[in-house]
Amino acid sequence: MTGWLLPLLRDRAIRLLWLLPLASVGLFTLVSLAPIDPVQAYVGARVALVGPEQREAISAAWGLEAPAYERFWLWARNAMSGDLGDSITFNAPVVQVIADRFPASIALVGAAFILSFVLGTALGLIAAARRGCWPDRIIRGVAVVLAASPGFWIGLLLIAVFAVGLGWLPPCCATPPGMIADEVDLAARLPHLVLPVIAVSVVGISPLILHTRQRLVAFLESPAATHLAAHGARPLWLAFGPGMRHAMGPAITVHLAGAGELFGGSVLAEAVFAWPGLGQATVRAALGADAPLLMGIALATLIFVFAGNLLADIAARLLDPRLGTEARQ
Amino acid sequence: MLVVKSLTVRFRRHGAPSLTVLEGLDLAAPRGAVTGICGASGAGKSLIAAAIAGTLPRNADVSGRILVDGAPPSRGGIALAPQGLDALDPLATVGAQIARFARLADRTEDPAALLPRLGLAPTVAQAWPHELSGGMARRACLATALATGAGWLIADEPTAGLDAAAAERIMALLGTLASDGYGVLVISHDLPRLAAVAGEITVLQEGCAVETAPASAFRGNGEALRKPFARRLWQAQNVCPAC
Repeated sequence: MTGWLLPLLRDRAIRLLWLLPLASVGLFTLVSLAPIDPVQAYVGARVALVGPEQREAISAAWGLEAPAYERFWLWARNAMSGDLGDSITFNAPVVQVIADRFPASIALVGAAFILSFVLGTALGLIAAARRGCWPDRIIRGVAVVLAASPGFWIGLLLIAVFAVGLGWLPPCCATPPGMIADEVDLAARLPHLVLPVIAVSVVGISPLILHTRQRLVAFLESPAATHLAAHGARPLWLAFGPGMRHAMGPAITVHLAGAGELFGGSVLAEAVFAWPGLGQATVRAALGADAPLLMGIALATLIFVFAGNLLADIAARLLDPRLGTEARQ
Repeated sequence: MLVVKSLTVRFRRHGAPSLTVLEGLDLAAPRGAVTGICGASGAGKSLIAAAIAGTLPRNADVSGRILVDGAPPSRGGIALAPQGLDALDPLATVGAQIARFARLADRTEDPAALLPRLGLAPTVAQAWPHELSGGMARRACLATALATGAGWLIADEPTAGLDAAAAERIMALLGTLASDGYGVLVISHDLPRLAAVAGEITVLQEGCAVETAPASAFRGNGEALRKPFARRLWQAQNVCPAC
């Protein structure tokens, strides 16, 4: 049954081995071509206080005089020994910046992952079980609207309605203002999580609704379902009994493979909600031409998305025995 | 007794007059015997099965009467083994599907005991449908129908795609079921094997029953058959060495 697992893991490990260097070269090229001067970005508003000599000193300290390929080579050698360099916007080692901000991001993306999965599949199953009737039409309408709505815009609407208008939930940040993370308990943190999670979830819900619905409808209209119905199976039993596996396999695959999109959505949502995660750090790093931090975050995201895709493949094979056979051949 | 009285099935169509696929069909199948239905492809044979089992598409208009042991057919009262091999769920093992059909009829069924009756190894219960050959899938399909324990069985082309030995075996099994008290309706192109186990056989031509004859009439040159179409259908089987 799981004879395909080891070859799959081996193939993916090999793929990661050439994907990481390739992505590093591509990323570094983009970062070096960016029309932002890191020294200028660093100096910012203090431009009047910093003279040309100091600028040159900063530039020299950061090693910006060297040609791009030399800087890349230096970075790559250090990266291979586990040192991703220092962030110039946060004045701290890249690894530490990522480690500090990763928990906030994973809480946001993880909660959004679960919320969008539960909502998306549940709505998809209901739409398929009641296909052609009003619940189906409403749910499909919702899916189209959600698919067309940018996450950051939903975020702004949520803030306008629930934070500013109704005052039910805080509009920003991971903790109440004026308090540091250590002195806040979970109950105080949760309200801060609600709106950002909803905004990030939006990206993932509509593909799930449509996939789940489509797969379940395909099963419900298949000869196999007709065969069961001819022997007394009720439509709802078909949908939530044997049909479940037909719908859930693709749903889990689509959702895990789409984890990258959730991560991408979280960059914008973190900016809107001032969420102290990796997304916000990415925006700051990009505006400050902070090459080491950008490279570090990008590679961490790459591994994250890669792991999501790998889990999707494993889940798909576990849930559909026909795929396992193909992999063996 | 399974009685079909002047059954007419029409399909409503968009932008076209409705299509009559069965017209004024009469059929009577007693319990304890195999009753056969044969006819050219497209004559409406499988639609009779769908009409009795209640699985006709939504755009079908049905008139006429169907009575099973004197009452309208109830869901689960008749087991149907469909013609298509895609009637098996690709995401469940054969054993799980047999259990599923048994559960629909509120009973339990041991796949390891049922499968050997159809000439399949008990280990087939652990197999997935995509791992079965065509002939094995056909028998697995029959097993799901038998698992319901219904007193009536409709088998749609139960021998299609099977080798001669397996086909004999399936027909013999259907004969055994009938002598055990089941009512068995067999739809088949395989006239010689059908005639070997059936009591009566109805010949269908373009949605109408042209002749109902005892199985014994299907022998020799078909001279015992009254209608030319039934005779031609029998002669086309090319089983008579003298003709």
